[in-house]
Amino acid sequence: MAPETKIATNTMTNDPILKVEHLSMRFGGLMAINDLSFEAHRGDITALIGPNGAGKTTVFNCVTGFYKPTMGMITMRQKAGKEFLLERMTDFEVNRDAKVARTFQNIRLFSGLTVLENLLVAQHNALMKASGYTILGLLGLPTYKKAAAESIDIAKYWLEKANLIERADDPAGDLPYGAQRRLEIARAMCTGPEFLCLDEPAAGLNPRESAALNDLLRSIRNDSGTSILLIEHDMSVVMEISDHVVVLEYGQKISDGTPDHVKNDPKVIAAYLGVEDDEVEEVIEEIEVIAENDGTQGGSH
Amino acid sequence: MSNISNTNESAGGNLTARALREGIFAGIIALGLFVLFVGLETTQNIRNELVLNQRWGLLAIFVIIAAVGRFLTVAYFQPSMAARKAAASKVAADTEESFFKRNFSKIAIVALLIYPPLMVMLFGVQGSLKWVDNFGIQILIYVMLAWGLNIVVGLAGLLDLGYVAFYAVGAYSYALLSQQFGFSFWVLLPLAGILAAFWGMILGFPVLRLKGDYLAIVTLAFGEIIRLVLINWTEVTKGTFGVSGIPKASIFGIWSFDVSAPNNFAKAFGLPMSSAYYKIFLFYLILALALLTAYVTIRLRRMPIGRAWEALREDEIACRSLGINTVTTKLTAFAIGAMFGGFAGSFFAVRQGFVSPESFVFLESAIILAIVVLGGMGSLVGIAVAAAVMVGGTELLREMTFLKAVFGPDFTPELYRMLIFGLAMVVVMVWKPRGFVGSREPTAFLRERKSVSGSFTKEGHG
Repeated sequence: MAPETKIATNTMTNDPILKVEHLSMRFGGLMAINDLSFEAHRGDITALIGPNGAGKTTVFNCVTGFYKPTMGMITMRQKAGKEFLLERMTDFEVNRDAKVARTFQNIRLFSGLTVLENLLVAQHNALMKASGYTILGLLGLPTYKKAAAESIDIAKYWLEKANLIERADDPAGDLPYGAQRRLEIARAMCTGPEFLCLDEPAAGLNPRESAALNDLLRSIRNDSGTSILLIEHDMSVVMEISDHVVVLEYGQKISDGTPDHVKNDPKVIAAYLGVEDDEVEEVIEEIEVIAENDGTQGGSH
Repeated sequence: MSNISNTNESAGGNLTARALREGIFAGIIALGLFVLFVGLETTQNIRNELVLNQRWGLLAIFVIIAAVGRFLTVAYFQPSMAARKAAASKVAADTEESFFKRNFSKIAIVALLIYPPLMVMLFGVQGSLKWVDNFGIQILIYVMLAWGLNIVVGLAGLLDLGYVAFYAVGAYSYALLSQQFGFSFWVLLPLAGILAAFWGMILGFPVLRLKGDYLAIVTLAFGEIIRLVLINWTEVTKGTFGVSGIPKASIFGIWSFDVSAPNNFAKAFGLPMSSAYYKIFLFYLILALALLTAYVTIRLRRMPIGRAWEALREDEIACRSLGINTVTTKLTAFAIGAMFGGFAGSFFAVRQGFVSPESFVFLESAIILAIVVLGGMGSLVGIAVAAAVMVGGTELLREMTFLKAVFGPDFTPELYRMLIFGLAMVVVMVWKPRGFVGSREPTAFLRERKSVSGSFTKEGHG
């Protein structure tokens, strides 16, 4: 009980960057997300976990504008105080205007472009403005040349962070898997986001690579002040770096709190591991109690 | 078995033995295959009875060809090919970039600049006409068209089967506007480009949501619509008769090429009257237009818009996740590609002095697309080479009159144009599936410019 109240007070004091309220997404007869509400706080690494098919990626696609949710409201509040209703924006506007960047579960790099070019494409909108929508750039004005040099510096900064500087001139498709994952994160960061959504960044990485990923994510949070929302199955990543964990099952939130709180939540344990027959009664009782508490809490919001 | 014989390949005796064995084996297979097909022939005699003819001699020839052929292949041809391959790879590693290869485009531009005077020197003023017009101008028009289409297909990865529509828009805008309003070529050239770009946008809007095959079908239909409008809107376009008597271009209005004009080029310089000067002027004009296309393409590739085109070809969803508006990106690709098609079209009208819907059939679109694919999508040098080979090759067929001596006076080599065209395409696609130049040059680099192998680039799906 104690952690629950702690989170509640946290929510009041902390500045939420993303607020998801009563989000529902229906695909035909399938309710992929059912009345989901959660918050991600500025400067936090928020993890979204849950068993396969729980609707995590659907939440992601709703947040980043790739799906139009059936119901609900997704509010993104920038540092300057500007608010965006993400469910009303199309995918590229979510990135361009609301400054929310994302990566994909199955890596989507521009494999025929070099690593450096991948990062330059990510700075498209800034460069387009600097080049006067191509026209001034074609005339060879110095403003564009300066912007182009700056964009290469930004790319270099992220290449060094992602430990890819040695491979800068190689095609992205030629990189090993772990490096491709890091490149995708670096590319998303080159769009200058305030909020970064990572879809299973540690999938398919070996322990050493996922340790390097943890460092990269932490340094993104600490140095650039970018808040992170990540889906992850690798609990070593989730428990180690996240400040706040949201657990989904069958499109509904079953737990929400610090990693330690979630780790010991019987509902989460039941969702992941199942329960033994003689424990079922006990667990159901516990779930009912917690559900009641949740209900009262939800009402008071 | 083949493994064992491969390991012993270096030993000469074993090789001959293997070749003999495989030769005999091939002979037996040939015998089995042909004994009923060739060895026996069934015919009818005069009383409609079935007669069995035995042709053992012919069968023996078949079997011997198979056996000897296999023997020679295994014993001599394969080892010599392997040796040549090994030697070639060694040489390639040693002298990777020859001077010619490094400066290919510069050498090619200089060669093109001195091409007309060279032809005049070699064949005389009148004799140079054929070389400058039929070869030079004809090839350069296709180079320019293919470079224009390259922006849409090669860079942005949007499969456009109706590119000739923009060529037609450019040609008819020059033909009609110059006749109706008497505008000069230099006014109408940009106007034709703008009109074609406008049509590119009009085509672009409805097809933006389509991808791959669906996009190809709609662009194909668009090309046909333009052609059918040109045929049927007779009050304006004169239908299938076409528009004739299109005014010639002048050298910026200073010198004219009209025979009656007082500022005629030949008169002004005291040269004998000939149409060759006009053709030479047109050659330099299309060369300048083509080089403009190449220059703009090269510059645009280093701009954010050009990178966005290539990124769009690689992965559209990733583009959208990075905040790139794919709608405007695709539209600019369509519009800029169409604009160069329009320039080429107005040049075509000026060169021919006559335009009709006949010139803008689907086959033209297919040829231009084939040039882009054969050259290597996205590569300017590869496309120029492909255009020279494809268009120049077919023109060259007309010149091969000596073939008449071989195949008889009825033989017209240009009728085999399409056959050879298709064969060449198949051969190139087997030999180099990514076109002549399959690799792509990166637009930016930190340490060294390494070209990206064709196996990493994608063709685009929309």
